[in-house]
Amino acid sequence: MTSTPAVPAMGTKDTGEDTTVQPPIARRVKQRLTSRGATIAAVIIAVIWTVPTLGLFISSFRPEENINQNGWWNVLSNFEFTLDNYADVLISGGSQSPNLGQYFINSLAIVIPATLIPLVIASMAAYIFAWSSFRGKDTLFVFIFALQIIPLQMALIPLLTLFVNLKIGEFELLPSGSYAQLWIAHTIFALPLAIFLLHNFIAEIPGEVIEAARVDGAGHATIFWRIIIPLSVPALASYAIFQFLWVWNDLLVALVFSGGTGDVAPITQRLAELTGTRGGEWHRLTAGAFVSMIVPLLVFFGLQRYFVRGLLAGGLKG
Amino acid sequence: MEDLGEKFLQVVIAMAIFAAVIGIIMLLVDRAPKSFRDKATIIGFLAPAAILLIVGMVWPALQTTFLAFTDRDGNLTGLDNFIWMFTEPTALVTLRNTVLWVILVPTISTVIGLVYAVFIDKAHGERVLKALVFMPMAISMVGAGIIWNFMYAYRGVEQEQIGLVNQILVWFGGEPRQFLLEAPGNTFFLIAVMVWIQVGFAMVILSAAIKGIPADIVEASRLDGATAWQQFRSITIPSIRGALVVVITTITIITLKVFDIVRTMTAGNYDTSVIANEMYTQAFRANEPGRGAALALILFLMVLPVVIYNARVLKKQKEIR
Repeated sequence: MTSTPAVPAMGTKDTGEDTTVQPPIARRVKQRLTSRGATIAAVIIAVIWTVPTLGLFISSFRPEENINQNGWWNVLSNFEFTLDNYADVLISGGSQSPNLGQYFINSLAIVIPATLIPLVIASMAAYIFAWSSFRGKDTLFVFIFALQIIPLQMALIPLLTLFVNLKIGEFELLPSGSYAQLWIAHTIFALPLAIFLLHNFIAEIPGEVIEAARVDGAGHATIFWRIIIPLSVPALASYAIFQFLWVWNDLLVALVFSGGTGDVAPITQRLAELTGTRGGEWHRLTAGAFVSMIVPLLVFFGLQRYFVRGLLAGGLKG
Repeated sequence: MEDLGEKFLQVVIAMAIFAAVIGIIMLLVDRAPKSFRDKATIIGFLAPAAILLIVGMVWPALQTTFLAFTDRDGNLTGLDNFIWMFTEPTALVTLRNTVLWVILVPTISTVIGLVYAVFIDKAHGERVLKALVFMPMAISMVGAGIIWNFMYAYRGVEQEQIGLVNQILVWFGGEPRQFLLEAPGNTFFLIAVMVWIQVGFAMVILSAAIKGIPADIVEASRLDGATAWQQFRSITIPSIRGALVVVITTITIITLKVFDIVRTMTAGNYDTSVIANEMYTQAFRANEPGRGAALALILFLMVLPVVIYNARVLKKQKEIR
């Protein structure tokens, strides 16, 4: 995406060893020695950064009594492997169970519309800002860009009040404890950044393409759906992945707009709740945390390049 | 799972309604009389975003600003909420913690991220080493909170430890500690979690900036006999100054708004609250919307200069390119 800071995506410039000019042999040896020390230091940092997650991951497959008996680093001395923890958090019924399966579904039900809706609305606005002219256009665009500085927190209280009071007669348009509040809240908070990023991309589309379509008699709607959207797929994908992960990992919006029941609450909210009320049940928390992490990790390892791009662009969101 | 179908149906219906609304807009725009068509397009395409932003963001932000000067019954009380914030001991602890977070997280994350980026530059397995440190960025802060709760887990002296940090303490002859309960140390242990997350961000951006340094400058300094440290100080740091500023300011903004870690790990108890958490607690738990709004306003005022500075630097960088 053209708007990101002067930074390419992760992994694109990893050309390995510098082969342009070979330093003299003596210096090369010295260079290698210092870089060996550096590599060892780097590996130590990498280990420190990986061990916490690894420990949780290993523990999630240990039987409950083993987890409580000794640390996960003893796993090899009394090796036992079980999937019970996952079965317990995901599918076992009853009010005592974490029921994470249900919350996982809620997360999916929240995240899909909360990604697609802002994507479409923002693309439409971005198209106008990029390809039409009217008085005050630039001012309006700068204004929308500037909205990014408003923290989420500034909108939460009145927005919740507004949602609750939005009625036609007795009929609540956005009843509390429905997905609708979450979808709309996430859409609103996504728009300033999405419009800005997509505008930067859409504005780069060659004007001749659009002009040619116009000469052929295509209307704006046709141009938008047949030309702008297909040509913007890389930008749309980057932003969609960013927004998807943002919504999936969100806790604050969920806590405020999910209406305090389990009906629509996402998995993050349930996990935060379990940590507070049953912080000692490590067999459940370890497995539960991994259930919630599996989707982001798949996205991360599968779509790393898009992920980094979106992340760089979206550092200011929320 | 019997409600799976119902949930699926809700999503499908919502998307259908949304598609219908967008479809109607497209239809109206295309069928508008020719003289009016361009105007209709502009209005039709901008309206959804404009309505949502005005109703859902601009107007609420103004209302919050007003709310900040009212009490829980909605009466105007002038600066009472701000006086509370700057005099009440618990509120002062919140402010102090926020300052600690904002100073420590960006600096420590950036330093570690930079060191790591330099060390792994052109190393074997660079991509894997990067992915390992970057991975915490992908997971939720709730997940990170659970991971670190487990690292900090406490068992009495007579028992075997199950938390790695306490086990290491014990291995070195220390006594296990309740890391998250003992103020003021606990704030630092929460800050460590945020550092753990943000180092990956700093590392990725700085690593890319380092790779952007022209090879001939690096080569020339090497031929002049510069040591690794000299190279780092005189070439690497000045060349990536822009990226460093972006990293520090961006992490500062994210840190100011940090909520999930505190909420998940201590819920702000034991003197660990920060502004974003206190805002939620006051507004949605303690039934003090005025105080919550005042905290939100302070948050906004703290973020504002950093964001403006950040945007300026980004713009300048783009112009240079």
